[in-house]
Amino acid sequence: MADYDTTPAVLDRAGLAALVRVLAGRGRTVVGPTVRDGAIVLAELDSADQLPWGWGTELEAGRYRLRRRDDEAGFAHSAGPQSWKTFLHPARERQWSADRDPDGQLTIVPDRPEQPAYAFLGVRPCDLRAIAIQDRVLAGGHFADDGYRTRRSGAFLIALECTEPGGTCFCVSMGSGPGVEAGYDLALTEVLDDDGHRFLIRAGSPEGAEVLAELSTDRADEATVTTARTTVAAAAEHMGRAMPPMDLRALMGDSLDAERWDDVAARCLSCGNCTLVCPTCFCTTTEEITDLTGDHAERWQSWDTCFDLDFSLLHGGPVRSSTRSRYRQWLTHKLGTWHEQFGSSGCVGCGRCLVWCPVGIDITEEVAALAEEATS
Amino acid sequence: MIKTTTSLLGTLDPQSRDRLLTTAKEVSFGAGDRIFSEGQRADRFWIIRTGSIVLDLHVPGRRSATIETLGSGDLVGWSWLFPPYQWHLGAEAQSPVRALEFDATVIRALCEADPVLGRAVARRVAEIIGHRLVSARTRLLDLYGPYGSGPGS
Amino acid sequence: MTEVPVPYQVVRRSQETTDTTTLVVEPVARALPPFRPGQFAMIYAFGVGEIPVSVSGILDHRHRLAHTVRAVGAVSAAVCAAAEGQELGLRGPFGTGWELERAAGGDVLVVAGGIGLAPLRPLIRAALAGAGRYRRLNLLAGARTPDDLLYADELRCLADAAPAHVAVTVDRPGHGWLGSVGMVTQLLNRADFAPGETTAFVCGPEAMIRATARDLRHRGVPADRIRVSLERNMRCATGHCGHCQLGPLLLCRDGPVAGYDRVAPLLAVREL
Repeated sequence: MADYDTTPAVLDRAGLAALVRVLAGRGRTVVGPTVRDGAIVLAELDSADQLPWGWGTELEAGRYRLRRRDDEAGFAHSAGPQSWKTFLHPARERQWSADRDPDGQLTIVPDRPEQPAYAFLGVRPCDLRAIAIQDRVLAGGHFADDGYRTRRSGAFLIALECTEPGGTCFCVSMGSGPGVEAGYDLALTEVLDDDGHRFLIRAGSPEGAEVLAELSTDRADEATVTTARTTVAAAAEHMGRAMPPMDLRALMGDSLDAERWDDVAARCLSCGNCTLVCPTCFCTTTEEITDLTGDHAERWQSWDTCFDLDFSLLHGGPVRSSTRSRYRQWLTHKLGTWHEQFGSSGCVGCGRCLVWCPVGIDITEEVAALAEEATS
Repeated sequence: MIKTTTSLLGTLDPQSRDRLLTTAKEVSFGAGDRIFSEGQRADRFWIIRTGSIVLDLHVPGRRSATIETLGSGDLVGWSWLFPPYQWHLGAEAQSPVRALEFDATVIRALCEADPVLGRAVARRVAEIIGHRLVSARTRLLDLYGPYGSGPGS
Repeated sequence: MTEVPVPYQVVRRSQETTDTTTLVVEPVARALPPFRPGQFAMIYAFGVGEIPVSVSGILDHRHRLAHTVRAVGAVSAAVCAAAEGQELGLRGPFGTGWELERAAGGDVLVVAGGIGLAPLRPLIRAALAGAGRYRRLNLLAGARTPDDLLYADELRCLADAAPAHVAVTVDRPGHGWLGSVGMVTQLLNRADFAPGETTAFVCGPEAMIRATARDLRHRGVPADRIRVSLERNMRCATGHCGHCQLGPLLLCRDGPVAGYDRVAPLLAVREL
């Protein structure tokens, strides 16, 4: 039993606005979805007014479009071009600074700016799973990425159960949605029916319960609870895509010599978009920067992609010089060897890699083709 | 001491081995002695008991190029098994060498007369040649060169 | 906290070959945790960058470490050029070690190719120090030319002192070389070990490792007793950057030393 109140409550839109104010009042940087540049992006929010009320998305492999909805739903859209790793595991970050004094003595210190205490508003179940996966990768091993750990341990997560999956979603087949059970501070379910526009809200941590207590909420009525439950259950039936129901890890292990890799390599541009939008892809590289005096240096870490030729560079050349081998690396890592390395699959079924692939390569289609090749 | 897995005699069945050994005679070479030269008739072969032998190739205007060294237990020479029975390389004792010497004509005759023995000997020599070919090919990569990755890098 | 390099000072440097240098370093103030043979450090050349380098010596005196570095890129060249007294940054220890204790009661067979001898050097020292716990110690080393052979004096001493069988071979003999010529696997014919009770420790270019491991398997050394040290691109050494993957292995964490039983199928896949 939880040692805090987990009784569901109901918030209206004004209540949601109050939630943003309460979080900001607690010194948190609130980040949530908002419309910008023709997409629903994640950005710092000053108020709940900036949420994408009345906006939806149309998703297909290689296609993303905003569309006006008939209703005022704020969270009836699917995963956008960013994920929360943009904030927890930023694209570029300074790791340390080094100074050399006139005697040649080195002073090397961790040099990160003060990390904001984030509150993430509207974390979808797939993305909540992605955060749990990055937790294991970046903070769950023998060594921890200090920057990630600091930001993550200070982050307040408001999950949002999925009620309207997109055409590229397949979280059900990856076991990560559309509902949420744990790993959040607060969980929201958006309900829009004849009884009005409201949110079912429940606490998943003591701090979540504390924040909830600061809001004026009504105890959830039976009808709202039931509607929320059935809407989420219905969402599970409306996934645009599905992974083949099989042991994907075994399939990856058995497919290293598959001919399908040549087929996908003929389409893949090796651009790395899929790795940038993927909420679990974590690879980074480092660069060394010096100032003009030559006595001050900084180490920066930035996102890298296994589709880059230099990624596997070893003395004379790259280990993975063909697109075939780089796509294979990405997919077999994501669905296969991730298990050995970090104890789970690296895919959460968010569909971003399909949407943002410039040539529309569909991970579910590729896996299905590998499965077919393996059984034929 | 003759190692069991890689020498010519080691993997032959005891009967075949004894039949070969009865034809062998003990010989010795002093350091620097030439044992055979490229192009000569390959009428004998040796199995080294102690010491080492250099296989070399004559290059005009240069010192003889050392291709490989052979040591205890190693077979010296296989050109005796295949026509035209001529040495491809030269051989010289690098240190005092004691070896078993076999007469190629006798061994070939034995192999002709007894196909089981013949097959065993041919197969064993082929394995040794294969092993040396793999080594030579690996060395072609110049793995320990500056980038450890051979030509093209 | 291993995230920031710790200053170490170069106290001695020796030029091993034209492009390879051994640096002995000691902590300026705080020392890193103790290294085990086979593990590696990330060495930071101020303003240039970091490279992974296995320890080639673990000294009791003042927490000193030796690193043998070959100048092949910008960072390794800068590290090689470090003068005595100069400070470098070190992070570590990282990765799996050789785990010499696996050989307890049996024969120890060390096979090195080129600079692969460097990570094996602390293992050889440990085996000599632990004489009695192991049976025969064989050290087989291959080099490009006689001049490229690392630690030549030490090897000579070792061969003379004779607790170990030491054999060296080169690909290209120069004038006056009276030793072996050929691949390091050829030396296996003359080494004295009982394959079934041998633990082999192999380091060198990957093609040399594969050839050696195959040969050892053929002779009857069990695959899990062939310990090999592998190399891939490495940026962080802490398992977070993803660069050093070899299939399921993160070589900074699950390597560099691994059993041939585990890596043989991985090394067989091209561009894995």
